[in-house]
Amino acid sequence: MTQPKDPVETAPAGGALAGEEYPAGQGGLTPAARLAAYVRGGGIVVPLLTALLAFLIAGLVMLLTGNDPFATYRAIFEGTGLQWLFPWVTGEDRATAALNLQQTLIITTPLILTGLAVAFAFRAGLFNIGGQGQYIAGSIAAVWVGSSFAGIPGLLHIVLAIVAACAAGAFWAGVAGLLKATVGANEVISTIMLNYTALYIGLWLFGLGGPLQNDREATLPVSNDIAEGARLPVFWGDPVLQGLHIGLFIALAAVVVFWLLLNRSTTGYEVRAVGLNPEAARYGGMSVGRNYVLVMAVCGLFAGLAGALDILGWQFRLATNDIQITQIGFLGIAVALLGRSTASGTVAGALLFGALLSGTSQRNLDPTIFEPELASNLTLIIQGLVVLLVSAEVLVLSLLRRGRGLLGGRGRARATRAEETPP
Amino acid sequence: MPVEALALELRGITKRFGPVVANDRVDFDLKHGEVHALLGENGAGKSTLMSILYGLYRPDEGEITIEGVPVEMDSPATAIDLGIGMVHQHFMLVQVMTVTENIVLGSEPRRGALLDVREGARRVAELSDQYGLAVDPNAVIEDVTVGTQQRVEILRALYRDARILVLDEPTAVLTAQEADELFQVLRALRDDGVAIVFISHKLGEVLEIADRVTVLRRGVKIDTVPTAGATEQSLARLMVGRDVLLRVEKAEARAREAELEVEDLQVRDDRGLEAVRGVSLNVRAGEIVAVAGVDGNGQQELVEAISGLRHPDSGRIAVGGREVAGRGVRTTCDAGVAHIAEDRQLRGLVLDFTLAENLALREYRSPPLSRGGWLNINRMTARARSLLAEFDVRGGDAGTLASSLSGGNQQKVCIAREIAANPRLLLAHQPTRGLDVGAIEFVHRRLVAERDKGRGILLVSLELDEVRSLADRILVMYEGAIVGEFPSDASEEELGVAMTGGAGQTAA
Repeated sequence: MTQPKDPVETAPAGGALAGEEYPAGQGGLTPAARLAAYVRGGGIVVPLLTALLAFLIAGLVMLLTGNDPFATYRAIFEGTGLQWLFPWVTGEDRATAALNLQQTLIITTPLILTGLAVAFAFRAGLFNIGGQGQYIAGSIAAVWVGSSFAGIPGLLHIVLAIVAACAAGAFWAGVAGLLKATVGANEVISTIMLNYTALYIGLWLFGLGGPLQNDREATLPVSNDIAEGARLPVFWGDPVLQGLHIGLFIALAAVVVFWLLLNRSTTGYEVRAVGLNPEAARYGGMSVGRNYVLVMAVCGLFAGLAGALDILGWQFRLATNDIQITQIGFLGIAVALLGRSTASGTVAGALLFGALLSGTSQRNLDPTIFEPELASNLTLIIQGLVVLLVSAEVLVLSLLRRGRGLLGGRGRARATRAEETPP
Repeated sequence: MPVEALALELRGITKRFGPVVANDRVDFDLKHGEVHALLGENGAGKSTLMSILYGLYRPDEGEITIEGVPVEMDSPATAIDLGIGMVHQHFMLVQVMTVTENIVLGSEPRRGALLDVREGARRVAELSDQYGLAVDPNAVIEDVTVGTQQRVEILRALYRDARILVLDEPTAVLTAQEADELFQVLRALRDDGVAIVFISHKLGEVLEIADRVTVLRRGVKIDTVPTAGATEQSLARLMVGRDVLLRVEKAEARAREAELEVEDLQVRDDRGLEAVRGVSLNVRAGEIVAVAGVDGNGQQELVEAISGLRHPDSGRIAVGGREVAGRGVRTTCDAGVAHIAEDRQLRGLVLDFTLAENLALREYRSPPLSRGGWLNINRMTARARSLLAEFDVRGGDAGTLASSLSGGNQQKVCIAREIAANPRLLLAHQPTRGLDVGAIEFVHRRLVAERDKGRGILLVSLELDEVRSLADRILVMYEGAIVGEFPSDASEEELGVAMTGGAGQTAA
């Protein structure tokens, strides 16, 4: 079959008419519309349920592997430092909690941004799997600028590094957008491939004998350290002990920008129109291809910024090892899915995964409660479950509806039609 | 009369969707060898009732009897077993399979473990001959016309020994000639004792094909009447609940300067074939020019070229003297073209946008709706409110999603937006497609009102009734060319001959 380019041509002659006639008997509300309204209405319930289900299944995994899920989850929670928020935690416990919470928020910061990078694409009907590559591109740019230009003022240095990282990320993602707009290349494939490209460029740049390998230790595959002045100020905790840097506020500001851009700007209006109905967007005079490029570039900008904040905020250098093991970009997908591609949802999703990552880090878990090998994998298990469950959201929804008796006994016909709802 | 069991009887069917009562104690019966039409506006509950009959929904109250026996209709499989065949509006055919393969799908004749294609084809040909369906059993679905695909659906039902046939708006996708052929088939089936439910909101065809009509309005059965003695006017009154103007009243056109001039336009379709071959036409301010024709004769491509959606190969398109051919939608709109799209769901609306957002689709880039790239939400809402009130859009306010409106109200939103853009030329492509009589009346009146305000209107329609009642001049399009121009009082026969490639005479 040929690629369906023009829906006008490929749709059966009466297709759209039929789509409207069919549900007309139900008070003029299409099943798709009702589902969409339901998703919006249950905007908080469904993601919460999804997360809960993921934790439940992960708990079952622990149970099956002979661990106590309650003790484990408790240990994870304590590892996140979130109990710092409880006023009754005092003394030594409070100090430990503060340290842990700082770690949680340090991880949450880039997750917010890689989450936005995926969410923004979703809103335009694109699937950005390339957050990882865009994050790496941003990290490389930030570490390069941060470790060059010695002697320039600190603030200028920071701004330069951030701008470079954003530009690198935007370029990296923009390539995928351009390929989609010009030759119709599927952005899923191209962004995945660009992830590998970024990864191996990083390995080559900072690897042994690589052009950006550090000048002092020829056996270490790591970059130069960034200049002291290029480090982001720490506002909570001890800078020496990896306190919380101001990147968190930059990430939160990006969330506000994301919301304003999407909901209050003409650009966002176009992005949403393209995402919901490209044919109507074209009819309204928009260039769909131009929007694809723009959207991907903005996504890459967010992910690149995430890389910059990590480098300037707490890593200060980039080792080939970091590039290989980081999951920040990929976790952004789960964050955006769980957050339903909304601004506030993305923050909540980032906090959840940030807490999980920090709560399951080996530093915090008592090996007698939970083996460290399993601990670090728990995040991956839950991440995978979230992606799976969100993809199977129709299932969760219908379970929920059935539970509330909204559907009576006859859900099948409508549940299958509900799957036609665009994401 | 001998007491013969009814083929089908629905008694006191009630179906609720949440607070909405889609069917309220509806009775419906069907005799052997009759065509019983189910008539009602969009949203009257016709499709719901038939979905209940076909086992897709379960009624909250009421019972179904077939041949006098009460039945529990719990799935389409049960319905098929009980001899009910359903022909949906959108066909459920596998495009790459042959006619026979599609028909036997699910109940394949076997020889041992193998599919007996020859036996299948033989039976299909037999059924096809019996009722004059004229379908080639070995043709591939994607190569045959929509009318043939519909006949394949009918054959599929007959192949499974359906004695009750439900057709959901079967003529919506057909040309006038295909509809005539369908009616012949239905008469043959009826004479053979098949009971047929014919769902429609078109009055003329109901009178033509049905023996009795049951009218639904807002989920309630209004009446069941024989078609003998009924008129379009009497059925429309039952359907809408008030007297409806079936003919548009309009004064003589006072055409002025040309707003649209098209010269020797050549346009290709998506497959690269010549779809519009050297069309020249003009539309003057204050007149309605209609392009009539059988579907697929280049109207789609002509409309897309004039609206800027499709790049023409060659030729001129000037709007108010400004050349716009191939300059894209934005330039074309700026020059003063508004376009009521044929398909409001696919193109005219973003269904998941609110009405305020949809109403901004043409003008979101300029003040007062936006300034410096930032939307003015308050202005968008305020403007939406006034437009919704002016165009009498019901069922939602500025913040409602477009998808939750009925088809007629969705169309009003599209029309409101396009007229609000204050165009020189209003391009109306099938503006009443899928609408019921009440909504059609509204659209027609509005188009005439806009004409009288001095806009040029190019109406492209497949409905001859619509063309004849609205147009000041009629152009007939055939195989990509304008083959004739007729005055508005041209007879249906005259137009029909031209539309099918007959003598290309120029009257008036």
